[in-house]
Amino acid sequence: MAMIEIKDVSKWYGSFQVLTDCTTSVEKGEVIVVCGPSGSGKSTLIKTVNALEPVQKGDIFVDGVKVNDPKTNLPKLRARVGMVFQHFELFPHLTVRQNLSLAQTLVLGRAQREADERGLRYLDRVGLASHKDKFPGQLSGGQQQRVAIARALSMDPICMLFDEPTSALDPEMINEVLEVMQQLATEGMTMMVVTHEMGFANRVANRVIFMDAGHIVEDAPKAEFFGKPRSERAQQFLAKILHH
Amino acid sequence: MNYHWNWKIFWDLTPEGSGTYLHTLLVGLMWTLATALAAWVIALALGAVIGVLRTAPRKWAERFCNGYVELFRNIPLLVQMFLWFFVLPELLPKHLGDAIKQMPPPWASYVPAVLCLGFFTSARVAEQVRAGIQALPRGQRMAGTALGLTLPQTYRYVILPMTFRIILPPLTSEFLNIIKNSSVALTIGVIELTAAARAMQEFSFQVFEAFTGATVLYILTNIVVIYGMRWVERRLAIPGFIGPAIRTGGH
Repeated sequence: MAMIEIKDVSKWYGSFQVLTDCTTSVEKGEVIVVCGPSGSGKSTLIKTVNALEPVQKGDIFVDGVKVNDPKTNLPKLRARVGMVFQHFELFPHLTVRQNLSLAQTLVLGRAQREADERGLRYLDRVGLASHKDKFPGQLSGGQQQRVAIARALSMDPICMLFDEPTSALDPEMINEVLEVMQQLATEGMTMMVVTHEMGFANRVANRVIFMDAGHIVEDAPKAEFFGKPRSERAQQFLAKILHH
Repeated sequence: MNYHWNWKIFWDLTPEGSGTYLHTLLVGLMWTLATALAAWVIALALGAVIGVLRTAPRKWAERFCNGYVELFRNIPLLVQMFLWFFVLPELLPKHLGDAIKQMPPPWASYVPAVLCLGFFTSARVAEQVRAGIQALPRGQRMAGTALGLTLPQTYRYVILPMTFRIILPPLTSEFLNIIKNSSVALTIGVIELTAAARAMQEFSFQVFEAFTGATVLYILTNIVVIYGMRWVERRLAIPGFIGPAIRTGGH
């Protein structure tokens, strides 16, 4: 059984269709990179996986649990799916340590001490242990994003969603975030990553999904995608972003 | 101008024999504060709830709260004061209406005045809260939700702590307004500071001294509020985010 399954998913904003019959899946331990031009629906697609965006048609399963079922306990499901946002979305009024422990205590019911210990362990893994008492506003963008990754990992997720995690970063900070993600992939984390970082995709991804105008145009193993994409649209896209 | 100035009037005894004129004004100030503070508690509590519901994903709640805000901010405060004092007791079941009318003296005026000011100001606070919530990046709510927080938890731990920090300066203005607006309560018989100054003027004919006294007391009170709120702002300032250091506008 796949960790994430997306079946014939369609979504409309009013009369505008943003997703059209999208079907794909992510196996346990797999790393999938989703790419495509802006407005192609890739961020929307990844947000449907933990129901941040509702869908009007199709089915989504995470670890066998149907996401778009009104009976599903969504907070419980979301707590098991880590998510990293383009703009980090750390809580600015809480210290790094509090950012890491908030959902652990509120959602998982962990004691404050246990939550702090676990949070600090992941903070150490992303190399920021010494910043635990700072506020997000006192950190650089790259540091904030690494804290956001540690915050998601502290919840012991069964898979991780990344929504353009490096798009808002200065060039010199992109690598520190990609390194953390690459490390995570090596450890076997199931990951679905929306990104334009084709170098990362080439190094880390198992499969690459290419989206255009709400359709999944290409869904191929990495070697095949970078070797010779079948669709003309993907060929054009690759030519543009690889040769600049 | 043929006016007999007499600044010592404040230390003269009133004809009522209840103390000096200064004492009359200070008792008035006490009622101003008692009215404004009690109403402020109502305004903050109700305003927060209504403001939150206006941003919650429930259509009926949003509509109800929009109606609430428009109702209380589009009727003049003076008219609302009369409605609470004269009209409401008649609309309630008879025994309840009578019970309100028969409350012993200061309370029969004080209670409607507090309710009126509280509800009136709550509509304005609700508007600030709504604007503050909508000023936050949408991703904050998503991040809370994605971590598994329920909607109430997301509001309680993520959205509202930031919202109240953002809206502290306009809330300070509302706090000052509620103190000044409490003077309207004199029309339904609360002997607050403005009413006390009028009483002093009527007994002593020293109209300038009486209202100068009231003016000074209002200004002193509001200066205390302004400094108090600045202290709160500094206490709640977040390093690297918002704080007095980068706040530019005044009140």
